[in-house]
Amino acid sequence: MNDLKNIIRYLKEYDGEDIRIMEICGSHTGAIAKNGIEAMLSKKIHLISGPGCPVCVTPSAYIDKLIELSLESDTTVVTFGDLLRVPGSRESLREAQGRGARVKMVYSPMDIIGIAEAAPDQKFVFAAIGFETTTPVYALLLDTLIREKVENVRLLTALKTMPEVVEILCLGGAKIDAFIAPGHVCVVTGSRIFEPAAQKYKMPFVVSGFEGEDLLRTIYLLVENKGEGKVINNYPSVVSYEGNETAQALVNKYFIKSDASWRGIGNVAGSGLLIKPEFSKYDAGSSGLEYDEKKNKACSCDKVIMGLISPEECPLFGKVCNPGNPQGACMVSPEGSCNTRFCIR
Amino acid sequence: MCVANTGKILSIDSEKNTASVDFRGSRVNARMGLADVKVGDRVLVHAGCILQKVSDEQYEEWTALAKELEAD
Repeated sequence: MNDLKNIIRYLKEYDGEDIRIMEICGSHTGAIAKNGIEAMLSKKIHLISGPGCPVCVTPSAYIDKLIELSLESDTTVVTFGDLLRVPGSRESLREAQGRGARVKMVYSPMDIIGIAEAAPDQKFVFAAIGFETTTPVYALLLDTLIREKVENVRLLTALKTMPEVVEILCLGGAKIDAFIAPGHVCVVTGSRIFEPAAQKYKMPFVVSGFEGEDLLRTIYLLVENKGEGKVINNYPSVVSYEGNETAQALVNKYFIKSDASWRGIGNVAGSGLLIKPEFSKYDAGSSGLEYDEKKNKACSCDKVIMGLISPEECPLFGKVCNPGNPQGACMVSPEGSCNTRFCIR
Repeated sequence: MCVANTGKILSIDSEKNTASVDFRGSRVNARMGLADVKVGDRVLVHAGCILQKVSDEQYEEWTALAKELEAD
């Protein structure tokens, strides 16, 4: 079925078995909300948000380390805006600015080069968080720093990879039947990365773009292929089976597989990347940032991230926890499940 | 955070390894080095870097679909 009008009708009138579909990527969560997709679906099609917002899964130990670095007299932390308000175990970067933390916000990690070259007597640390989509950008940054002999920049990394956590989701209690696979992750990795999980758990994964039309077609493909262990590429304009091999090679040059700590999930073996030991002078101390302490003990971000409850089922949602006063990371980022849900209610 | 946008390369500065990319009228300099691209290519830009060339054939197909929907 290619005609979108027929797809919309099919999804609204679907009366088969209930199907639980997880969108792993935070950008998909936002796009689903923005396009009103849920209202276009039958009550038997359930959409569940997953852990694919890097801000939401960054543990408090990482935020605490950033704050520690930003309070050093000669160091400035450079970051995407999303990370500023994420709670550490005691405070956020923005709150730490009130007691002298030096923090600068940028649009691109590459912007740090010009900033560092303009102040050679100062040190700069980039808060390098992200999934497979963003890691090549950090590899390109490292490559440029080395080539241009920029000596006053380091990275504090919290880089994560998808397949290992998808495995946990498949085994978890959220009873997921199908996945909307993250389109921009697959640009880099290729659609092949989800094949092992699809085949092992007999679940369909559909790689999707971010427009409403893309998502509707993706959900249709997932419903039609429930129980089938296959990966379908519904974003062929930029995603191939192999992915961007230039980007993959650059990532492999500078990074090595490691375990990683996920906020709300814990330590997941092999789900992270660290700067290789031979480039350790560019690492601001990323290893071992594992602990994760909640600012508010009643915060249920961990269950939301795993798809076990909806944001509205958290006792703090919309009360003490809101975008102006986030208690957990899911309420901070515009791609977080709680923030998205709060903004569309 | 994995947000990426599609634009068209207007010019390339080989010395700086950057490209001027047009996003429906807004021009932004994006860093090259992750994909093989040239002037006139449609590209996907993420976090200030060109991440991938967009397939023209697929892009036209999608644009046609979007226009069809807008017309309804």
